[in-house]
Amino acid sequence: MTAVHAMQVPQPPSEAQRAGPSDWPQQGVPRVVRPAPDRYRNALGKYQIDRLASCKSCGRCVQVCSYGVHVKPAGYKFTLRPLDHLCIGPECGDKPDSCLAQCPQGALALRRNPSAECMGDPRWPSDLILSTWHQAATGHAPPPHLDGRLGASGGGFDSLRLAFETSDWEPVPRTPLDEIDTGLDLNRRDDGRPQVHIDVPLYGGGMSFGSVSIHTILGKARAAAAWNTFTCTGEGGYPDRLRPYDDYVITQVATGLFGVRDETIQRVRMVEFKYAQGAKPGLGGHLLGDKNTPAVARMREAVAGNALFSPFPFHSVYSVEDHKKHVDWIRAVNPRCLVSVKVSTPTDVDMVAVGSYYAGAHIIHLDGSYGGTGAAPDIAKKNIAMPIEYAIPKVHKFLAAEGIRDKVTLICSGGIRSAYDLLKAVALGADGVVIGTPEMVALGCVRCACCESGRGCPRGIASTDPELMMLMSQEWATQRLINLINAWREQIVDALSRLGLRSIRELRGRSDALRLVVDGAEVPS
Amino acid sequence: MPDRYHIHAVPQPAQFPRVGKFGSVDWREDCSRCTNCVKPRCLYDVYRNEAAYNRDPFSSVRTLDGCRACLSCVQGCTKGLLNIAPSPEYLGLGDDYWKPEVILSTWNQADAGKIPVSGAGYRGRFHGPGFDSIWTDMSEIVRPTRDGIHGREYISTSVDIGPKPLRLQFTPDGKLLSPPARLIEIQLPAILDLPVWQMPGANLAAARIAAAKALKTLAVVTAGDGAQALPKQLPAVMPLVTKGSLLESRDILESVHIAQIWDGPDAPALAAELLAINPDLIAVVRMPLSPASADRVMELTRAGIRVFQVCAGLHGREQSPDGRPGRHLKDALREVHGRLVKEGIRDETTLIVSGGIALAEHLAKAIICGADLVAVDTALLVALGCRVCRGRQHPSSHCPAGLDSLGSDGYAAQRLVNLMSAWHSQLIEVLGAMGIREVRRLRGEVGRAIFMEEIEKEAFGGLRRVSRAQVSA
Repeated sequence: MTAVHAMQVPQPPSEAQRAGPSDWPQQGVPRVVRPAPDRYRNALGKYQIDRLASCKSCGRCVQVCSYGVHVKPAGYKFTLRPLDHLCIGPECGDKPDSCLAQCPQGALALRRNPSAECMGDPRWPSDLILSTWHQAATGHAPPPHLDGRLGASGGGFDSLRLAFETSDWEPVPRTPLDEIDTGLDLNRRDDGRPQVHIDVPLYGGGMSFGSVSIHTILGKARAAAAWNTFTCTGEGGYPDRLRPYDDYVITQVATGLFGVRDETIQRVRMVEFKYAQGAKPGLGGHLLGDKNTPAVARMREAVAGNALFSPFPFHSVYSVEDHKKHVDWIRAVNPRCLVSVKVSTPTDVDMVAVGSYYAGAHIIHLDGSYGGTGAAPDIAKKNIAMPIEYAIPKVHKFLAAEGIRDKVTLICSGGIRSAYDLLKAVALGADGVVIGTPEMVALGCVRCACCESGRGCPRGIASTDPELMMLMSQEWATQRLINLINAWREQIVDALSRLGLRSIRELRGRSDALRLVVDGAEVPS
Repeated sequence: MPDRYHIHAVPQPAQFPRVGKFGSVDWREDCSRCTNCVKPRCLYDVYRNEAAYNRDPFSSVRTLDGCRACLSCVQGCTKGLLNIAPSPEYLGLGDDYWKPEVILSTWNQADAGKIPVSGAGYRGRFHGPGFDSIWTDMSEIVRPTRDGIHGREYISTSVDIGPKPLRLQFTPDGKLLSPPARLIEIQLPAILDLPVWQMPGANLAAARIAAAKALKTLAVVTAGDGAQALPKQLPAVMPLVTKGSLLESRDILESVHIAQIWDGPDAPALAAELLAINPDLIAVVRMPLSPASADRVMELTRAGIRVFQVCAGLHGREQSPDGRPGRHLKDALREVHGRLVKEGIRDETTLIVSGGIALAEHLAKAIICGADLVAVDTALLVALGCRVCRGRQHPSSHCPAGLDSLGSDGYAAQRLVNLMSAWHSQLIEVLGAMGIREVRRLRGEVGRAIFMEEIEKEAFGGLRRVSRAQVSA
């Protein structure tokens, strides 16, 4: 299976093609899709099969189930507990040849899994979490019984559809799948700096050492290496264990300047200024004392156990001229890097983007208000700054009107949950996206929102607790993320093919490829 | 520099029965009693606390309240027998405006006075009616204070209530003609209002007064309840008097600085009577928010009234004479505020708004829409355990949260203080993100807000529209 999938997946650049400034031996990660099942004893599915005590283990269910839900190994007297996470539900269960209908004892019952429903919320319904798990486990698009395209938030991406998802679409000839390019060039300034190409139109968001475990950080970095894209350090410093993946790491310079040194800027191909973040626009980061373990404190050059506050905003920036000074600083320290400027989405985000371009930024990174993985005040997450869906077209149109749209790369984040969100963001005007929450979900996050409390994440993803972080290995994390990106890429390629496009770049700003779903009364005749 | 305003929040655990979000645990047959779920798997000791509660009648009343649905026990159960589910009781809390999450968040804020913080991004709907269709602005580089919003510098949340003359008048020889301004400065742009529905129990009013005193704001109470206040509490009392009770309210009116009357044909005359009793008194006219509010407010300003409290319904909507809900506060309030601005009298008046102020974000957004300050009503009851059932759950018996039998030991007042402390901190977060140094400057600042109707049109206006029926399954 591994070999077959490896052939289907485009491969990363060879060592000879590598052009990073790092002086550290770089470690390649194979871009191979292979199964990475749930790391818990009981995988969670949308449905649950109850087997009653009247079962006599005749094995009929094993014979009729084509999804592998029922298992009775050779030589076993009893059937095993159903692997109900594989069950596709009533779509199969209502048929006369289903296990439910065929059980001679009537001992099987199908129901929605109540525990799975505990995970849901309007932005990330249970289906979306389960479908992301499926993609991370298999590397392929989710099955039809899991809606992996939409949330239930009632607006933004959830009110948009790609044109071919609606009945008013007039099909065009499909582009052959193997002719579609999902890569992006990130340097459009023509300023003599190296070109940086990524093979997929996405990279990983900044999550600091301290907010997430080292296994999460390494899993993200290794998946980025496999897919020739990036991950970001966040503002918690640059752990030495990331050095073998320097070429695929973005050093973040945030207001706290934790762990920022000349050498951490010089070893990478891209540096990101974080002016603000969508999770808490206008507020500084805050690492609670419990998560500031001795290892985290060493990295941040702080005292273990103390809560660490990042100020807001940069104390050295009072104007766009100061901002240019900042960008010049990085450009001088590392003459071979690109500079990304990450901002939130205020009402004047279009002006901010133009100012950043003229200050010398290669990438404008808009971080919308509904995303973010870190702990933040609820009032900030919900209310401060506009959602990314509104900011993208605003900035895209303004940059175009200023005549600089093709000289800067527009990356967006903050609420990208699925491959379809990515496609919609690009159609609205972004070049690519940054993802954070989907990565966390792929690693087993249930969005219980307890990232910040006590020892941190009970599932060992966003925790620096020595015991909890061992709940997950870096190899498993790497594979889950490689799989997720592959699954997204497959869906992106399929959608571009259906739209008759040959590359993700052709989709940018193609708002004619989108439809806005409105209530019947609002649709013009 | 004046003393820095600080609210002393003290943890005050709830004495009412709480409802946890996840509380329904289902063990399927065949549990092997391995205790994996109880011991190694549960990070929050939920099962252990539950067991303690069952054994010990004096342990805290938290029935699986601490479960965060991390599902570690469900996925780690040795035999895969365990399930959890959202508590039906939790899902049944409140109504479609006072949602279960609003009630639970208010309880938590009243427990400790802390800002609600959580991870993993925003979890709610993209937008909604009313205040949920407004986002507040932020600035990438402008900041009111450079050492953090809780640093040495100060973000002011004080507002003035009372007639505000725009200029002083002098005689030709320089003597001051204008009477001294009668203004009350409160440190929080929120006063503590009467319950929207009839709520028995005198200690509720006493708690409001005590909390208002601690918060350096005002409590609206009936004249009878106001008369029970201690002398040192009187600066925090705003009695609501009626024409019929004017005679017996005389003592309290002489002792306070501000009082409310209901709107009516004789409101200006009644206000004049109040001033006759106490010339230093500020008269506030209280009226239901209705489509005619802007006209009525202008009419009363011409009669000399300068302070108004407009009361929306429980869900923040206009109260029409036929009982049907009208526009939401955000629209109706902008009309009233806009009319006062247009007539050139906005800065002389004070506009208080109440009804439907359920969360700290509503406080900020009501001020953006034109209020000077808000009056908090139902949220205070929720802080004390109210489930906004309004008698639905136990029509024939006592309030399930025990609001009708509150003690007078300071418990209720402290929870109200805690809630307002959390709201105050959240207001400062919003102001800080916007780069605004004082809440007075937030009033009517619609340019620093993002309204869904406008931004949706700007962003998605050019997109082709389809109906839901046209979307493929």
